Amino acid sequence: MTQNTILNATHRALGAKMVDFGGWDMPLNYGSQIDEHHAVRRDAGMFDVSHMTVVDLHGAKTRDFLRRLFANSIDKLKVPGKALYSCMLNEQGGVIDDLIVYFLAEDFFRVVVNAATHDKDLAWIEKQAAAFGVKVTERADLAMIAVQGPNARAKVQSLLGPATREKAAKIGKFVACEGDGLFIARTGYTGEDGYEIIVPQTQAVELWNQLLAAGVKPAGLGARDTLRLEAGMNLYGQDMDENITPWEAGLAWTVVLDDGRDFIGRAALEKQKADGVARTMVGLVMDDKGVLRHGQRVVTSQGDGEILSGTFSPTLGKAIAFARVPAGTADHAQVDIRGKLVPVRVVKYPFVRDGKPIEGI
Amino acid sequence: MNEIPGDLKFNKSHEWARVEDNGTVTIGISDHAQGLLGDLVYVELPSVGDEVKAGNACAVVESVKAASDIYAPVSGEVISVNSALADKPETINEDAFGEGWIFVIKPGNLAEELDELLDPDAYAELIESEEH
Repeated sequence: MTQNTILNATHRALGAKMVDFGGWDMPLNYGSQIDEHHAVRRDAGMFDVSHMTVVDLHGAKTRDFLRRLFANSIDKLKVPGKALYSCMLNEQGGVIDDLIVYFLAEDFFRVVVNAATHDKDLAWIEKQAAAFGVKVTERADLAMIAVQGPNARAKVQSLLGPATREKAAKIGKFVACEGDGLFIARTGYTGEDGYEIIVPQTQAVELWNQLLAAGVKPAGLGARDTLRLEAGMNLYGQDMDENITPWEAGLAWTVVLDDGRDFIGRAALEKQKADGVARTMVGLVMDDKGVLRHGQRVVTSQGDGEILSGTFSPTLGKAIAFARVPAGTADHAQVDIRGKLVPVRVVKYPFVRDGKPIEGI
Repeated sequence: MNEIPGDLKFNKSHEWARVEDNGTVTIGISDHAQGLLGDLVYVELPSVGDEVKAGNACAVVESVKAASDIYAPVSGEVISVNSALADKPETINEDAFGEGWIFVIKPGNLAEELDELLDPDAYAELIESEEH
């Protein structure tokens, strides 16, 4: 059965084209996804991300539990409010999901995981939590709105009470604060500054409409995908899954092999690293006209690879992609587009940050 | 959908064909089709001189979302292509039945093939039924 977020009727009233996404009826666009993309890069846009799963973890041994559960080190979070991006791995080192965790108190952490992986994530977390006496609570009562773009923070702040506004204005990147009944985090999935706001469902429609009145443009999943790909951010299920390790998914920066920490999947990751990682994730840019797509074959001097996420980049005006290719691939390759081999450049991503193409892209 | 020009004929796969006064046939995709595809970013045009066969794929339009083949509504030789689409594919989004035309052919077997196509009312009914 398809699930609706609390904002479903609001999207429809705005004329959104709706699609099924991981079992949720979500807006693809409200007209032009390219216009929505540019609105986020140049001004401010908002996304309903209420389909994502908020999970609260309570218990005295929560930090110990997360040392075991995450490949990234929870001990990087020393100050309440601080956030961390991490993968949760299986024993084989494959990625069960990627997520953001917030440190709120020694006995209270909040995790936001993907929508499509909801059931298996909760089952896995609950199974692993038992040994630590950690209580796992899904917060289905909460909605979430991401407000992103160079003017996003100012527009959100204009709607807040004085005390909350001051807190929200002060927080650094990857930090959250609370006030006016809202959980406001300076995080996102677009490569722009902004907030992700967790809001009680009962207040979500009102907040959305206030943001709309403040000039924040609604944006759908179409723009969300082109924005995150330009920003070099992985999409679970497309760029990595349970058969792919962080080494093969461009996520080595999220793995901490610190002394003596026995996180799930560590042994497999260490072995793969020692044996040599055969495949690596790279960025591709195509200067010829056309669009790179998921599943296209990438031909390199080291052998074939494949495109994971591919799209047309509205900021660059050309096609970009993530591809998994044999290690040691040179800076040029070809992509098989409908039987024709088209040259592409192999580049380091992100492609775009803070509204501008990265130098050399 | 009451804006379908009366002088067009349609494929079930959403291409339109217009017989011009000089006997050539101009071909494009319908406004409904561009709406389904979303923002177009690339058009792979046929080459002038190509022989196309009714029902065969002869061009590709790509939106941010997906690539979609264009099937020739009638057979013939391509005598002109809308090369302005190379730089401005979004013209199809803005004016699918006008400036967004894709190519022109000199037909070979027009009378017979035209009968196979849908008139505007039948096409309107088709898209109506697809939406429900």
